[in-house]
Amino acid sequence: MNLRRDVFQAIADPTRRAILLLVASQSMTAGAIASNFDTARPTVSKHLQILTACELLEQEQNGREIYYHINAKKMKEVAEFIEPFRSMWEDRFNKLETIMKKYKSK
Amino acid sequence: MEQKTKIDAREGKQELVITREFDLPVELLFKAYAEAEIVEQWMGTKVLKLENKKHGSYQFETTDPKGHKHGFHGTIHEFSPDKKIIRTFEMENTPFPVQLEFLEFEKLTEDTSKLTMQVVYRSVADRDQLLKLPFAQGINMAHNRIQDIVQKLK
Repeated sequence: MNLRRDVFQAIADPTRRAILLLVASQSMTAGAIASNFDTARPTVSKHLQILTACELLEQEQNGREIYYHINAKKMKEVAEFIEPFRSMWEDRFNKLETIMKKYKSK
Repeated sequence: MEQKTKIDAREGKQELVITREFDLPVELLFKAYAEAEIVEQWMGTKVLKLENKKHGSYQFETTDPKGHKHGFHGTIHEFSPDKKIIRTFEMENTPFPVQLEFLEFEKLTEDTSKLTMQVVYRSVADRDQLLKLPFAQGINMAHNRIQDIVQKLK
């Protein structure tokens, strides 16, 4: 299984991104997460399963409840994957903007 | 600082979309793509050939910090001033297949504009591989950033 690609599939879905944002602020149970969405509970469960499978979320047993929390390390890895490519273009475009502003004032 | 350049690379798709808004009238933004000597400045490349017209072609050459030369070239399929450029892009002497680029220039206000660049790759794997390239060029990029800052201080 190509885990890296699965991670990107996981964050491509808007509901899953919303779940990650929600859980980012505090650990939550599946029920508490589901109560934030209009989506059916089993659908939310499926999303949690996918996010857990690709290690973006981690489960923690607390008494009878299972809490979900963000795996910061994995999240960072995902963000960094595309970041060098993005900042390469950002650099080029910043340069373009600077040059053309000078061009305008000539 | 706010990130002005956005990349949309959906999983499983063999394309990506780069968008950026500029504090420049669309005519000036387009000019930065149309004139060889300006392209040289912001792309950090030497322009060997730039025929901006349908059936035209272009050829760039960059020199890396170690002095190695890298060639890039492509064919222009459409060139509509201040609106659109459609072209191919290929890196010479690399295993990467040719890619197709759709560049759309949009006027937002009199002084601002937007560029949308859709890049289509031969396969999903080719796209992902290309996205990872700048990792290897990290040192080179840091160098560019310093240059950028120095330029702004001038």
